[in-house]
Amino acid sequence: MGEMEQLRKEAESLKDEITAARKAVQDLTLQDHVAGTAVVGRVQLKTRKTLRGHLSKIYAVHWGDSKLCVSASQDGKLIVWDSYTTNKVHAIPLKSSWVMTCAYAPSGNMVACGGLDNMCSIYNLKGKDGNVKVMRELAAHTGYLSCCRFLNDNEIITSSGDCTCVLWDIETGSQKTVFAGHLGDCMSLGVAPDFNTFISGACDFTAKLWDIRDGQCRQTFGGHESDINAIGFFPNGNAVITGSDDASCKLYDLRSDQELITYQDSGIMCGVTSLAPSLSGRLILAGYDDFNCNIWDSLKAERVGVLSGHDNRVSCIGVTPDGMACCTGSWDSFLKIWN
Amino acid sequence: MARDMSDKEILKMELEQLKLEVNTPRIAVSTTAPEIIAFVEGKSAEDPLIRGVPEDKNPFKEKGGCIIT
Repeated sequence: MGEMEQLRKEAESLKDEITAARKAVQDLTLQDHVAGTAVVGRVQLKTRKTLRGHLSKIYAVHWGDSKLCVSASQDGKLIVWDSYTTNKVHAIPLKSSWVMTCAYAPSGNMVACGGLDNMCSIYNLKGKDGNVKVMRELAAHTGYLSCCRFLNDNEIITSSGDCTCVLWDIETGSQKTVFAGHLGDCMSLGVAPDFNTFISGACDFTAKLWDIRDGQCRQTFGGHESDINAIGFFPNGNAVITGSDDASCKLYDLRSDQELITYQDSGIMCGVTSLAPSLSGRLILAGYDDFNCNIWDSLKAERVGVLSGHDNRVSCIGVTPDGMACCTGSWDSFLKIWN
Repeated sequence: MARDMSDKEILKMELEQLKLEVNTPRIAVSTTAPEIIAFVEGKSAEDPLIRGVPEDKNPFKEKGGCIIT
């Protein structure tokens, strides 16, 4: 009991030191620098395509390139869509319908998904006979799979309700590295543009930056007042955006190790479910529990647009690699493409 | 994993991590903010969602009816 007290005191003292060190480099704020910048003009995007086919809530969507995307629904299917034509390229039946995430490999050769089965299943899209089959089932997490992202055709990173993230070797099905440190369910992850690091957001209200190769947590960002549900890298790789149940999104700067802006509005009282930056990073598109998607000017922290059209929660959102459109997925079972 | 650890083990893990993070190199916001802003402003002009996508260049445009040329 004496030791616990001592450990707690040491931790508090280190936290104070970190807070002071962050303050020490905050010689100016981002707001100071953009005081003279005009807010970006009103952004009015239209639904260009509606992807119909799922029979239940959509939980995740991920772009493979700027045309093909994969979506996961609790109707027990993964669907790969040609978003230009709305054709379904593949409709993959899943062993477990309780899917929470999906991912497209950068090569376009594979997709992955997982959820309450605690596993990450990898599917080969380019099998010899044309059938899409399970290639690997990555099992070791002791909690649900909340998110997964491929590094390449042989490596994938997963985040889990068991509070860890894992780097897997797909060929052998083994865990290469376990990233432990979060004190709550890991809800989302994002890989850096240079593939050297990744970020995770969790129910302990923090975001962590991890070194993929040595397994170390390099930085931890607090400030949110509830679970972080969504996380992504800013396009320059030097900042991170998070979305939380506390109804706000935040921009954290990696190099000064601190929060630079909060995107919130007294009129928004529901949680953020998903987010994605536009190509330049000037816009942040965030999906909310109130069925809408708000578009934020990332520098001025003002709302500059709304995507409304779904009849239920917007659960996932993604912007194409070429920045030409964004896709929203909803519990109303539809995906919409906007630009 | 945090679920299987005792409170003391969790505290020790947190402490080890804090000791690492205290030494994180931190660059002044007056340096990093302008770089973020320059990156964003440099690319905004070409950002399709800001600039708008012309009808004839939009791969997602709705299929129209007959076009008489």
